[in-house]
Amino acid sequence: MGGFTAQFAVALTVTISLGLISGCLGTAAGLLLAISRGMTHPPLARIVTAYTTIVRGVPELLIILLIYFGGTTLASRLAGRYVEVNAFSAGVIALSVVFSGYATEVFRGAIAAVPAGQTEAAKALGLGAWQRWLLVIGPQMLRLALPAYGNLWISLFKDTALVSIVGLTDIMRVAYVGAGSLRAPLTFYLAASALYLSLTTLTLLSIRVAERRYPALGH
Amino acid sequence: MNFGLMLEAVAVLPSGIALTLTLTVLSLTAGFLLSVPLAFVRAFGRPGFSGAALAYTYVVRGTPMLVQLFLIYYGLGQIEAVRASVFWVVLRDPFWCALLAFSLNSAAHTTEILARGLQSVPRGVIEAASSLGLKRLQTARLVTFPIAFRISLPAYGNEVVGMIKGSSLASTVTLLEITGMARQMVSTTFAPYEIFIVAGAIYLLLTSIAVKATQFLERRLSTERPPAQRSRSRWRPPLPGQGLTTPLP
Repeated sequence: MGGFTAQFAVALTVTISLGLISGCLGTAAGLLLAISRGMTHPPLARIVTAYTTIVRGVPELLIILLIYFGGTTLASRLAGRYVEVNAFSAGVIALSVVFSGYATEVFRGAIAAVPAGQTEAAKALGLGAWQRWLLVIGPQMLRLALPAYGNLWISLFKDTALVSIVGLTDIMRVAYVGAGSLRAPLTFYLAASALYLSLTTLTLLSIRVAERRYPALGH
Repeated sequence: MNFGLMLEAVAVLPSGIALTLTLTVLSLTAGFLLSVPLAFVRAFGRPGFSGAALAYTYVVRGTPMLVQLFLIYYGLGQIEAVRASVFWVVLRDPFWCALLAFSLNSAAHTTEILARGLQSVPRGVIEAASSLGLKRLQTARLVTFPIAFRISLPAYGNEVVGMIKGSSLASTVTLLEITGMARQMVSTTFAPYEIFIVAGAIYLLLTSIAVKATQFLERRLSTERPPAQRSRSRWRPPLPGQGLTTPLP
């Protein structure tokens, strides 16, 4: 493997940080969209539905390509000279968009699964809108959403490999370069698989721990 | 936005639909055929066999499909025995490599989906079938599998959509399906927005059709029809003298 072990170590941190940043941004966006969709405001709900339908119906690879190359074109036009968008930031934006699309649907389903009586009871107790979300609906909804939400994180870490296609030096890219320079593709792609598999296993285990710690209430 | 270019993309990109659909349909079919026995083993097999099936699905579902594709396309050639064998003619070709990678990936996902369906078939139904004198294979073919398939259908619909989207990875091994055509057009026109948006719209159309088709199939196979519909489909005009009429006083 030559000096590629050190490169793999750096690439692993790139993959992990790309996943973590996009996952957190995507979660925040997904929560906002799911809550705004739940409000009784038809045009807004329709826009959110259109967004999630489009994001979930288009290949992740295409979204990454669109944001990377499209972003470069847009930035160049704005700056008046050739500006290349950083592959990492393009990846963060693209994966956050993808994650938020799926997360919105997961959270929307979970919000709908919280019994209506809970909201009514909270209103009867005189809680304001913010208190209702933070103290009553939020905690119950998050517990209900946890299993599906965990699956999104696993998909996310797998999707980070696609950002290597636009030149980000993540695990996949290092494997590609190493495979080419040492003429040992099998070794390098197996190493990459092992790294991804340990990453997804780690994610799966943390979800299991979280599920056990925060089981859905009343089930 | 350059609408002329978009129109050009609308004219050019659909020629990639055939390859996208070929890859999707063939790999879904191969994956499904492979997954049915695997799902039975996974759901009802002895712990050792069930564990082996789980190991396969776990590894495949835990790694990116891109890595699997590159492993098959670039990696297998490293083994001297593979290059010397008759399979090399197939494994040298990007189309067959993509098809193999997608099929194996789809098989893993479908196995888990079907196994979950098989496990949620009520035990009483299987016991009823065996008490009617059905053999094990007959029970599986006539009772367990149809019920499990109906249960798994919504999840399988997601797998179909995932495969349509996943087939875009074929563009990374030089295949010219929709994404490959789009990337080729972008490299000559330098107009990423227009062309990728058109490509995205084509994918959206394909995935929407897949979603609608799954929903249609779900409705067709559903045993819980709304009562009004059921009574209408079962309704026969009564023969004279057979109709339920209130007796005349």
